[in-house]
Amino acid sequence: MISQPIVTAPEKTDLNEIAAEVVRRAMAGGATAAEAVVREGTEFGTVVRLGQVETLKESGSRALGVRVFFGQRAASTYSSDFSPQALDHMVKSALQLARVTSEDPYAGIPEPGQLGAISGDLDLYYDDVFSLPTEERIGYARRCEKAAMDVDARIRNSEGGSFDAATGRKVLANSHGFVGEYQRSYCSVAAVPIAQADDGGMQRDYWYSVARSLSRLESPEAVGRIAAERTLRRLGARKARTANVPVVLDPMVSRSILDHIFEGVNGDSVYRGASFLSGKLGQKVAGENVTIMDDGTMPGGFGTSPFDSEGVPTRRTVVIDRGTLNSYLLNTYTAKKLKLQTTGNASRGLASNPGIGPGNFFLQPGSRTPQQMLADIDEGLYVTEFLGFGVNMVTGDYSRGASGLWISKGEFAYPVEEITVAGNLKDVFFNISEIGNDLEFRGSVACPTIRIDGLTVAGQ
Amino acid sequence: MNVTLDQHKFFFERYGMTERDLERYLAAALSAGGEYADLYFEYLTSTSLMVDESMVKTASQGISAGCGVRVVAGERTGYAYTDDLAPDKILHAARTAALIASGPAKTPVVGEHRKPPRSLYPVALPTADSEITSKVDLVMRADRAARAYDPRIREVRAGYADEVRNILVVGSDGTLEEDSQPLARLNVSCIAKSDDNSARGTYGGGGRVTLDFFSGEKTPEFFASEAARQSIIQLDAREAPAGEMEVVLGPGWPGILLHEAIGHGLEADFNRKKTSAFAGLLGKRVASEKCTVVDNGTLPNRRGSINVDDEGAPTQNTVLIEKGVLKGYLSDKLSARLMGMADTGNGRRESYEHIPMPRMTNTYMLAGEEDPQDIIRSVKQGVYAANFGGGQVDITNGKFVFSASEAYLIEDGQITAPLRNTTLIGNGPDVLTRVSMVGNDLKLDEGVGTCGKDGQAVPVGVGIPTLKVDRITVGGTAKREPARDYMK
Repeated sequence: MISQPIVTAPEKTDLNEIAAEVVRRAMAGGATAAEAVVREGTEFGTVVRLGQVETLKESGSRALGVRVFFGQRAASTYSSDFSPQALDHMVKSALQLARVTSEDPYAGIPEPGQLGAISGDLDLYYDDVFSLPTEERIGYARRCEKAAMDVDARIRNSEGGSFDAATGRKVLANSHGFVGEYQRSYCSVAAVPIAQADDGGMQRDYWYSVARSLSRLESPEAVGRIAAERTLRRLGARKARTANVPVVLDPMVSRSILDHIFEGVNGDSVYRGASFLSGKLGQKVAGENVTIMDDGTMPGGFGTSPFDSEGVPTRRTVVIDRGTLNSYLLNTYTAKKLKLQTTGNASRGLASNPGIGPGNFFLQPGSRTPQQMLADIDEGLYVTEFLGFGVNMVTGDYSRGASGLWISKGEFAYPVEEITVAGNLKDVFFNISEIGNDLEFRGSVACPTIRIDGLTVAGQ
Repeated sequence: MNVTLDQHKFFFERYGMTERDLERYLAAALSAGGEYADLYFEYLTSTSLMVDESMVKTASQGISAGCGVRVVAGERTGYAYTDDLAPDKILHAARTAALIASGPAKTPVVGEHRKPPRSLYPVALPTADSEITSKVDLVMRADRAARAYDPRIREVRAGYADEVRNILVVGSDGTLEEDSQPLARLNVSCIAKSDDNSARGTYGGGGRVTLDFFSGEKTPEFFASEAARQSIIQLDAREAPAGEMEVVLGPGWPGILLHEAIGHGLEADFNRKKTSAFAGLLGKRVASEKCTVVDNGTLPNRRGSINVDDEGAPTQNTVLIEKGVLKGYLSDKLSARLMGMADTGNGRRESYEHIPMPRMTNTYMLAGEEDPQDIIRSVKQGVYAANFGGGQVDITNGKFVFSASEAYLIEDGQITAPLRNTTLIGNGPDVLTRVSMVGNDLKLDEGVGTCGKDGQAVPVGVGIPTLKVDRITVGGTAKREPARDYMK
């Protein structure tokens, strides 16, 4: 296993020199402030379906963007062409474009004192994700699919097993002299089996493992078996009756509830009053059992980085503390708007004003296992999949398609589908009646199994 | 055939490419065998503007270019791409993609350069500096119009985005097509506030059009007042009912029903692999006989239209369901060859970084004969859905959802109270069998749809006339009996 610490002190690599040069050109062209971002990435992906290689993809690409300020006016441009002429054109276009934007008293890059990067090895980059020869990478995908197909004769088809790997480098430079760079790696193995019942009805589900290092990836066989089990348990699903019953969310779907909280504390929707959590700082917004953290500093985390997209060090923020809204998540702009300090959550693409992104955003786990939680429930719904986007962040209205398992007398009774789960997010966070002990990070947002009361399940 | 218009020889002139170079790249792609190889060159320029709090806060422009090389051997696809169009980089990508095959080298046939078969949209020129002020004017007008609609409108965001995508597709079967595809969209989003409520409304439109489109019927004021109207109505919305009931879908964007319920399920790749709930249903009845559904990529200026698809095949008007009977699938080259059917010109991709696959263009249901008012009058108790947000489908079990952003109760044949946002859920292979009335008012959407599949986004269109579904599950929170206390 090879680990390479991230570079937090400016080092003379080609890319950070390019970023710094773009900033210099913008300032020479008359900008009062400028910020450049460079991204470089390499990706590999293969899908094996029914034992045969279906796709094999391998490539690398890079692109850069610049944001310039003339006083309180800003504009940005990007390019995938790194030739001197293209960079020149990109900078000139940005300077030109800034003439049509408005004076915004809150616009600007962070103050020099706010810039920096957290130090130490954040455990984000392993070049072992590309260490395997192509045949073995295909082998990962093939083994994963085969393990799923071998579980049961009813697994009769497949959308394939897959193996993906990627590395990315990100550089940020600005006119206060900040230059920062970091590298991250990623690999994953997955299977999407299809089961068919004797009546012809088909069901599909999936499972995957994802890690920053190949050595931490779960075995393809284990992933394939879980994918098959998750698929098989959906066979023979029926509609449920319309009812108000306890709803338990599998960690694969409970994460989405945290996504809604993240959107709710996102400074961008908060300052414009577009969030159901606007104006609620210091107030109870959830039950006593709900504590939510955002931590951009966790070593190895999927949401970890040494600095955010504006060059502000990442940090750990208690967002909801035992039900009380303790902090919004902010970048420089939204912090100024709300007369608060940035939380180091700026996130941006190549050409745009920074938005807000999570670090590692998670709900503190409870003490009981999911099985113990289920045992309390006489009649209820266990949701394994949500379908659609029926969430209104302004009103908190929540109505989503769902499928899962019906709970009867504390146990799974039969699979259900073609139902909806509805309520209002303002109530949902007070009605999280229990939180499981099974917190696991499979991405930057993570949530244990949770039980929510008071939702309406609509079916027949 | 000599072509003098430079838009038709964009890559040849900009990068000094020749037919000889293309032949060399394809030969490298087929150096280890394989049945087919293609090169997809793309040069994309884009502009976007956003007005927020009545200020132009965001203005951005960019250029991205690259080439994707694909090699097909049996059911296998090798793919590699480069964002550097230098010959050695393209050759490297071609040799990487070639690794999928193992056999003797093949010799490609490079086609002759010719004019595109047709022209469904204007050939857009690179943005002139003077145009940017006109674009700023569009978003500022939208902002003013939304605020002027009603004093309860508090937050307005108006965005304008356009792009010109130049593509060149060169296939080892002699395909050689070039196209220049403009795309523009104006979008308005408002928040209305009353003493005790907040609500949101969004609306927008565009297509494969140039700037002058927004000075015709579809002005910034039109989109802005529609967004404002929706948010004001939503202030008084009440709980939606829960359970199965009669639902009337309004014309236009609610056609997202077709996109989710049947469109994805009829994409040929899923049927070739028998992973779709529609596999094996060709020639079978899948809808009431009032339903005829097409996917038509040839409508002028529509968001989902393209002269040629991303494999160089001309798009067409494909009948999917005729009088209730399943007639066809949407295919790309790979599925057409493996299934022994015609290529319908639906091979699309998000960019040069992506492998093409069967995708929809503009999917809609042909008009029926009923008066839309009669359709509403026929419902004793149900829901009228006028506008939707997004939708999603599981193509394997056929279950799909779409979320109503503007809906009303229907009581005794009358549209009554507005409802809070609610999701409708149904089963693709049988939802259209429950369509009992089809209106005479076919309308296509305004031009805002983006479809995602396997992580690839492409612009699409949808449309329906007013139609009635006899039974579908509505995902509200209200008790079974819709309350009547608000009436009169």
